[in-house]
Amino acid sequence: MLQAGRTYLFLALFLGLRAFGNLSLAIGTKRLPENLSAHPMGFLSSMIDPYVAGGILMLIVALLVRMALLSLADLSFVLPMTAVGYVIAAALGRVFLNEPVTAWRWLAVGLIFAGAAMVGSTPRSTTAPAEKPR
Amino acid sequence: MTWLLVAITVVATVLSDLLQSYEMKRVGEQSVDARGMARLAVMIVRRRYLLLSVVCLAFSFFAFMALVQIAPLSFAVPASAASFILETVLAKLLLHEKIGTRRAAGAFLVLCGVVMLGR
Repeated sequence: MLQAGRTYLFLALFLGLRAFGNLSLAIGTKRLPENLSAHPMGFLSSMIDPYVAGGILMLIVALLVRMALLSLADLSFVLPMTAVGYVIAAALGRVFLNEPVTAWRWLAVGLIFAGAAMVGSTPRSTTAPAEKPR
Repeated sequence: MTWLLVAITVVATVLSDLLQSYEMKRVGEQSVDARGMARLAVMIVRRRYLLLSVVCLAFSFFAFMALVQIAPLSFAVPASAASFILETVLAKLLLHEKIGTRRAAGAFLVLCGVVMLGR
């Protein structure tokens, strides 16, 4: 039961960090003067933008949290559950970046929630770790 | 260019996820307090599959960064989920995780929603 609580705590932490990390990255890269895909060196100079730097920092912490999460639960459990992040991304894009989100997209949001709920009711881990925690 | 960036993001993400999951299962349960975070960071350098997964993740990240610059956030994030089914299938085949009917159906529903969200 305690492990289940830790699993969902890590999951919530990961979702929040990734969602706001991506948002920060989107805000930062959209205001850069150069096109990153045409000028790869622009990746280095983009790091001094506070939104890009903040986004990267949040995504690095999210990566570490996800590593801990993967030590508790299967990849095939983690992947569908973190798909809720796509819904959060659409909502953040709508609210903070004024992107149009149509009824079609909100229908998609409903499907994603239904799918994530189904997956959440299955066992969190089907394989045992090979080594003891250190 | 948009779809090329999506393809690079997806392939690099799949490789990174599989390597990371395989290695973390061998390591065992980890915590995310300050010491746990430091231990994880050291582990990345010392375990080659984790290091390789981070290299793949870096490719994926830079491609995603270029993608999110030219495409809406509400497109870029769902489009990156094209890796979803491929990863689930490979998790079963390579990591020997058990994918039940309920979990597979849930994952498929999520995929449908993500595809619709990207349109």
